[in-house]
Amino acid sequence: MTKPLLSLSNLSVSYGKVEAVRGVSLEVFAGEIVTVIGANGAGKSTLLNAAMGILPAVGEQTFDGASIGRLEVEDRVAAGLSLVSERRELFSSMSVEDNLRLGAVRFSEREAQARMAGVFDRFPRLKERRRQEAGTMSGGERQMLAMGRALMAGPKVLMLDEPSLGLAPRIVADIFTIIEDLRKSGVAILLVEQNARAALNAADRAYVMELGEITMSGKAADLANDPQIERSYLGLH
Amino acid sequence: MTNRIALCLFAFVVILAPFLPGFPPFWIILLDNIGLAAIVAIGLVVLTGVGGLTSFGQAALAGFGAYSAAVLTTHYGWSPLATLPVALAVSAFAAFFLGFVTVRLAGHYLPLGTIAWGLALYYLFGQLELLGRHDGISSIPALTVGGFSFHEPARLHAVIWGALLLSGIATLNLLDSRVGRAIRSLRRGSTMAESFGISASYAKLTVFVYAAVLAGLSGWLYAFFQSAVTPSPFNLNSGISYLFMAVVGGAGQVWGAIAGAFIITELRDVIQRVMPALLSDSALYEPIVFGVLLIILLQVAPDGLWPLVQRLLPEPKPRPVPVHADTLAGRDMPTARGEQILKVTDATKKFGGLTAVNGVNFGVKAGEIVALIGPNGAGKSTTFNLITGVLSLSSGSVSFAGQVISGIGQRRIAGLGIARTFQHVKLLPDMSVLENVALGGHLRGRKGFLSALVRADRREEASLFAEAARQIERVGLSEHMHKPAGSLALGQQRIVEIARALTMNPSLLLLDEPAAGLRHFEKGQLSELLSQLRAEGMSLLLVEHDMGFVMGLTDHIVVLDFGTKIAEGPPDVIRKHPAVLEAYLGGAAEPAKRSDAVSGGAEA
Amino acid sequence: MDLTILLFLVQDGVTNGAIYALLGFALVLVFAVTRIIFIPQGEFVAYGALTYAMLQAGHVPGTAYLLPIFALIALLFDLYAERSRITGGFLIRQGIEKIVVPLALLFAARELAGVSTIASLVLTVAIVSALGPHLYRIAFQPLADRSVLVLLIAAVGTHLALTGLGLVFFGAEGLRADALTDFSVDLGPLPVSGQNIAVYAATLLLIAGLYWFFERTVQGKALRATAVNRLGARLVGIRTKGTGKVALALAAGIGAVSGVLLAPMTTIYYDTGFVIGLKGFVAAIIGGLASYPLTAAAAITVGLIESFSSFFASDYKEVIVFTLLIPVLLVRSFTGKHTEDED
Repeated sequence: MTKPLLSLSNLSVSYGKVEAVRGVSLEVFAGEIVTVIGANGAGKSTLLNAAMGILPAVGEQTFDGASIGRLEVEDRVAAGLSLVSERRELFSSMSVEDNLRLGAVRFSEREAQARMAGVFDRFPRLKERRRQEAGTMSGGERQMLAMGRALMAGPKVLMLDEPSLGLAPRIVADIFTIIEDLRKSGVAILLVEQNARAALNAADRAYVMELGEITMSGKAADLANDPQIERSYLGLH
Repeated sequence: MTNRIALCLFAFVVILAPFLPGFPPFWIILLDNIGLAAIVAIGLVVLTGVGGLTSFGQAALAGFGAYSAAVLTTHYGWSPLATLPVALAVSAFAAFFLGFVTVRLAGHYLPLGTIAWGLALYYLFGQLELLGRHDGISSIPALTVGGFSFHEPARLHAVIWGALLLSGIATLNLLDSRVGRAIRSLRRGSTMAESFGISASYAKLTVFVYAAVLAGLSGWLYAFFQSAVTPSPFNLNSGISYLFMAVVGGAGQVWGAIAGAFIITELRDVIQRVMPALLSDSALYEPIVFGVLLIILLQVAPDGLWPLVQRLLPEPKPRPVPVHADTLAGRDMPTARGEQILKVTDATKKFGGLTAVNGVNFGVKAGEIVALIGPNGAGKSTTFNLITGVLSLSSGSVSFAGQVISGIGQRRIAGLGIARTFQHVKLLPDMSVLENVALGGHLRGRKGFLSALVRADRREEASLFAEAARQIERVGLSEHMHKPAGSLALGQQRIVEIARALTMNPSLLLLDEPAAGLRHFEKGQLSELLSQLRAEGMSLLLVEHDMGFVMGLTDHIVVLDFGTKIAEGPPDVIRKHPAVLEAYLGGAAEPAKRSDAVSGGAEA
Repeated sequence: MDLTILLFLVQDGVTNGAIYALLGFALVLVFAVTRIIFIPQGEFVAYGALTYAMLQAGHVPGTAYLLPIFALIALLFDLYAERSRITGGFLIRQGIEKIVVPLALLFAARELAGVSTIASLVLTVAIVSALGPHLYRIAFQPLADRSVLVLLIAAVGTHLALTGLGLVFFGAEGLRADALTDFSVDLGPLPVSGQNIAVYAATLLLIAGLYWFFERTVQGKALRATAVNRLGARLVGIRTKGTGKVALALAAGIGAVSGVLLAPMTTIYYDTGFVIGLKGFVAAIIGGLASYPLTAAAAITVGLIESFSSFFASDYKEVIVFTLLIPVLLVRSFTGKHTEDED
């Protein structure tokens, strides 16, 4: 088996005295969609933020074979890891175009323009709105812009935190279609979702997080049929 | 009590020290300077360290006390002691006037505001003819009381340190009281304070005036200590150095203020005495040393030095839970079981162009548990905020026990008996669980600021704490009662919030995601507790994501999606409701396989 | 009051207002990028003016010595912070930035002091703006993630230290520089000096320059982005620590230019900067610490109020200007974005 692109082992994150993530190990291989599901407050976002270097964590983190535990967020981006955070974190008073341009801040104007053309192909909607301020766009458009901006950096692994949050069902479907397309174009995805059913349908492998720990993991299809998962996360049945 | 005894012992030692044979006179002066500064710094401890209001302007407030004494004794021939009440009143009045504006300043505008009036007052002191302009007022008579003169340094020294002792004890008393807890709650934001009936702006004004009176007292003493008053001790730099003392010592602690005053004053003295031996002009280096030290301190010990000392001291004994306390008055349920207690009619909330809650109708009957469910962003927390008055309705109304409560404000709504918890826990992490929970009883106490200063509030405090302890026991957290709230797991902190809400003795309890972060058996316990509250006649409205929890517990469920009610009914109906299934599972259950262009679209 | 006096007061007010506008811009810029309410901005003005005056008089200014000292401390901070990941490239970059450049500027100051007005001007701006990034590294970078309030207290500490250093390096004597030019033109009854024109030109040029930088260059956009959303900026790979240094370099440079412009018009002491800087503040706060045009308009207004109140009630000039700030703060508090006041 090949080496994983992103590997976290025995990772713990604390807020003051409270340990939000405890000894979590997780791997993402090239070409995969991996999902982490769990209730609100289970520590899913904390895990992604730690992997991105936003939160200090204890444990081993490697990316593409090299240790990234000591790297700053900026260096992780340069290495090929990107995060679309739950709050999108757009530059709300700046135009769509400027947001995208800054996604490729390390690259020359010419390279950035070429990449932007690629993003516009994937999200024609953003091209139509290229001069609009990011803060004035709808939720679905903002999510697309956040994903487009992350893609401008040319990531090998894209981490998505609750991409369906607050979006209408039809838009959620669109977002999942894009996630599937991205995988086809060679970007591995680590997806954190509360919408467990949609996430399990899209993913190849899945981890279940509860109170800061991984309690189950396996093929997404298997987990989707697990009676305990059905009861806890797929709700209402 | 030990803190007060220690403070008395310490002050008495300092007061008696000058009577030791051979005690160097210049040490008396130094100790007096420390005492004068510490009185101002203690005010800042309450204002900044506890209340979270940063003031750079305390020196200017001290100026009011000093100039009152100077003007009244020299121009009008008042006896020195008679000027004390006037000096304190002038400082208090000035602070009331300034504070009325200042406490309304948001965030970092507040400290900037204090810089602005601090500077303006300093320039004003230097320009007014009455105050002797830049030269100030000299030949202030010695402090005398009924013929007894405090001219002698050792005697004035005793007065200064006596005043410090009184200030310290009054402050300790204040912090350990109903008003003190209200002040402490300010740091967690006004929403939480107001939800327990605390007026945030009144509490802020109270601490502001209190700190100013202490500054005025220090200024008054200073006038007799120096026998002269000029504008320069009341300039912005002095204001900065008072704040510096509070930060160095550890804002939030009376002992920290004394330690800070000691360190800064002593350091200044050392710079003035030692530097000339090393360098030609010493006054040059004082601001450099202070500026650099302040920055180092912020980087190395952001909580100040006193907490470092405290770590070496034995743990203080936990506050004993009073055994023989009067029971607080209860509350009759406003409506009979089964009747409508809460009614939300056409509630709509718009934020700019976004409609977060759109024409929502539902009700809660007395003695019933109703759940508000829906996907993230459906408008559940907004609805909570509309009911409790945190947000105002764009249109529609909310009524409670037959009375319209929309628009009457958070505090009056709390007063009617609606208590709540928060989705993002709002506890004071450094305060014990017991004190946090006692905050919930704010409206059940009456004792105010003055009773707190002289400790005339002990009986009521005992009742409040006994009640708080009862509620902690009820939610099953007795063993954690004396721990700092921040040391508990997040799920337990949510339960502490429930105990705090119960201490308000509500008839309607609003719980925002009470089960989040709880383990399985803890959820079971919580479910039992809530059922028991219902059995006692309380009504509950809760937002919750855990469907198992909601289905097993509630009588009635209201489902929101995109700010609109899409269904309501008993759990069995909701479980199978097609609109609910659609909203929860979305169209994303089976991602549409489309290769054509993706379009954004409907508003989120 | 006749027309000539009125015109004089207006001219005086507009000229001072233009300087306050420059300082206001620097404060807006620093706050937007770093969230620091930059109290020590006035010290850069004093440093700029005094450095320029000394160079012009043929002396080596204290700031030329201060720069290598600051740089050395900043170097030690960086070496300590990066001790576990020091590489050759890192050492070379650090060496150039923190040893070679400061020493080169010191050498230049020793060689070029008193040579020409242009040399003094360029050196002043170079030396003072080079202080900015090191100051950020030492005093603020370790606190970058703390609250606005902590940063404000640190800024006050920095102000104290810089004022003290100003006294040590420049002494208590005030200095006044020669005018940039003797050129003067009469506008009706009002003589307009070349110095006045230089002030207006510099202000307009800076507005244009800042506009170009922030709207047209990626670096400028990255700075804006950091201001709008710090986490978002980090997520796209902008080095936010670097942006703080750039912001302070710009602020120090603007301060130095203001100082150079001010030095021939009034006597500057080591502590004059503070009050001048605070007036820039009044303007910046009226602009909500966000809007450049509003800041410029407010700065001119402050200049005019000051110049008229110094004519009518000269003793209360400062009282009036600072009292004015309070209603402004109040309006800002009510109209600004309402955030829950947690710490």
